[in-house]
Amino acid sequence: MGAPLPASTSQHLFLSGNEAVALAVRDAGCRVAAAYPGTPSTEILEVLATYPELYAEWSVNEKVSLEVALGASMVGARSFCAMKHVGLNVASDALMTMTVTGTAGGLVIAVADDVGMSSSQNEQDSRYWGRFAHLPVFEPSDAQEAYDMTRAAFALSERHRCPVLLRLTTRICHVKGRVLAAERETCEPAGFVKDPQRWVMVPGNARPRLPLMFERDAALRAEAEGSSLNPVVAGRDRRVGFVASGPAFMHVREAFPDAPVLKLGFSYPVPLDLARVFAAGVDQVVVVEETEALVETELRAAGIACVGKDLLPRTGELSPDVLRPAIAALLGEVQPEVAQVAAQRVFPRPPTMCVACPHLGVYYTLSQLRNISISGDIGCYTLGAGQPWNALDTCISMGASMGVALGMDKGRGPADEKKSVVAVIGDSTFLHMGMQGLLDITWNRGNVTVLLLDNRAVGMTGGQDNPGTGRDIHGEAAPRIDFAKLCEALGVKAERIRVVDPYQLPVLFKALREETKIAEPSVIITDRPCVLIDDYQATPPYKVIDDRCTGCGNCVDVGCPAIHVTRREKAVKASGKEVDLAFVRIETAACTGCGLCVQPCAPEAIVHARPAQPVAFLRKI
Amino acid sequence: MKTNNILVCGIGGQGVMTATEILAEAALSLGYDAKKTEVAGMSQRGGVVSSHLRFGEKILSPQIAAGEADLLVGFEAAEALRWAHMLRPGGVALVNLGRLVPPVVNLGLYDYPADPVAQMRDLGLEVHAFDASALAQELGNIRLGNTVMLGAMADRLPFPADVLRDAVLARFASRKPALLDLNRQAFERGRRAVAEAEAA
Repeated sequence: MGAPLPASTSQHLFLSGNEAVALAVRDAGCRVAAAYPGTPSTEILEVLATYPELYAEWSVNEKVSLEVALGASMVGARSFCAMKHVGLNVASDALMTMTVTGTAGGLVIAVADDVGMSSSQNEQDSRYWGRFAHLPVFEPSDAQEAYDMTRAAFALSERHRCPVLLRLTTRICHVKGRVLAAERETCEPAGFVKDPQRWVMVPGNARPRLPLMFERDAALRAEAEGSSLNPVVAGRDRRVGFVASGPAFMHVREAFPDAPVLKLGFSYPVPLDLARVFAAGVDQVVVVEETEALVETELRAAGIACVGKDLLPRTGELSPDVLRPAIAALLGEVQPEVAQVAAQRVFPRPPTMCVACPHLGVYYTLSQLRNISISGDIGCYTLGAGQPWNALDTCISMGASMGVALGMDKGRGPADEKKSVVAVIGDSTFLHMGMQGLLDITWNRGNVTVLLLDNRAVGMTGGQDNPGTGRDIHGEAAPRIDFAKLCEALGVKAERIRVVDPYQLPVLFKALREETKIAEPSVIITDRPCVLIDDYQATPPYKVIDDRCTGCGNCVDVGCPAIHVTRREKAVKASGKEVDLAFVRIETAACTGCGLCVQPCAPEAIVHARPAQPVAFLRKI
Repeated sequence: MKTNNILVCGIGGQGVMTATEILAEAALSLGYDAKKTEVAGMSQRGGVVSSHLRFGEKILSPQIAAGEADLLVGFEAAEALRWAHMLRPGGVALVNLGRLVPPVVNLGLYDYPADPVAQMRDLGLEVHAFDASALAQELGNIRLGNTVMLGAMADRLPFPADVLRDAVLARFASRKPALLDLNRQAFERGRRAVAEAEAA
């Protein structure tokens, strides 16, 4: 949860871009704010939820969050929603029509692109949506600009009666800088005005509104031409003039302090006249933008010569040390070598599942099964694709595990005839976009076993609540969805729905074996909380009795980060086969006693650390 | 005024980001401009975290370029080695000798470097290393490790150590007095340990 930010207009605050956006939304007198958590945008709503003066919610998905914001705008309230880049794909159906209706109360959509893909399944440039939906795009370059542009976005939205896209990137969302807030506004909602020609988008009403969109484009372009958000920074080295937006602007200023720069804060519609005048005053223009060549292409189409992506990377983040050699090459200069040591090769340290994570039990079990295809989804459990489990075969988009599994079932030929199809999805992902897929499986009589991992949290983004947790965004009691009943309502037979404890490996194993053998849709719900949320209760830790450990390594296959290999040996079996032995210890300070490693331990070498006692109550597989 | 570049690295859960935040607060209290940024892909899950702090008169790009860090603070030995190339010539690395071995090493897929600090010194870098994890454990809580490391940085900054100590303690001002005292001790232990490492 975010902590409330101090309110002050006289003193600098040290805020991340996300915190700055949240503060600006509050200061703009916004009444309704909605989002579904998604890196790197999550903290915006977490902070907004700390302000009692506005309504904030976690919505079940991004499309709903945008519709909530639009409804609030219709009654005249200022409204806001935030999402990560892929979230706007989900919300786009609403977006593409709300650009036709337009808005009443100011509506700002913050969309955060995970440039560099720190925690996403793809990289995409959300500025495209501005072009596709005929909407203005703002691109702040740091936290102060994130604050100022959010405030300006509400005003622009109300002047042109359309949503404004506030395009953020990871390097804005998660960078802290000094921010000076401005005076707060208050905005009373004007009230809903019944106007079917405006709000009821049937063809007869929508058709006459389409030309208005193009008129608005022209008006927005005229405003961008003279906007203070598009300043020209003077520079005496006119060999290259840069056109830059977002974090790239700061990198350009850092790397080339003497170069002229046209900064595009109000970057769509592109102020072409401004760019033309700027280009005339420099030898050549380089466009620096993340990540697609959007401004570059539009400048070229307008007859303004420039270079951009021929010179600079098309994917990932830009930085001063990416820009310097590229521009040196353009100018035919020799880039001075930076004196530094070479980067050293060190083992990778990919993200891991947590100690005692209930997903460990699920993936250990899946890794023991043969002849299955495992259709996966988006969340912590995507880590099941990695070592040591290798037990997740696909990951596409939120909820895709369902449809992909059904397609694998229906499309299979002789090569996959004997395989079982299993779909793995988390509680929040299921509620976000998985339910419809399950309905499709039951309606079309698919042979799929669904593992619904209910850990009562949106785990990967930090344990936020969802309709399955029984708590709202403030942590207060809310209606709690019953997953077993929901699955039954979606058409799964009651006897094909099981709720199991993922810490009980034999039970889980048996349930999976049985359900995958039955050629009907089935759902196995695992019900242990995420270890990072308050619902989780640690139990006494375990240790390894050294002289009992035979080095079989079964416990290592569980994948718990608290299990460490102390030494390796090679041994020769009676059959003559050479085997690798791995002797282990348990990091007792980290162990929270889930008991998963105890169950596959052949020699019963794992015992409670305090007091030492044999573990008899857990059965072996 | 020179821009100061400090890179703090470790793994998710060690308090790397909090430590950098406190360091930033100390710099801000003196009127510096500052920007702080992380490269932290899913860091909550035991992944690599590197936190960049730049402070000076006016900060533009938040990222420290390779070869430009004045100070590299490694909360974990192999992580310090991973980011060693970020140090500028003449820069200094302060390294916690405590090791956190990831599952990929336990599974036998990769090796942990035999001696990360020796490897850094072989590259010609100035490294001061001590076991901050053990010091934190001695004080009764591994989570004091980040305060120990903050203490270790205190005499390497362009401002007095007291400024950083005050920023650390301000975090615990409203908490239990015992916690405040433990953090004070952890800070001073870190300061002393790095001075001893340097003298050795």
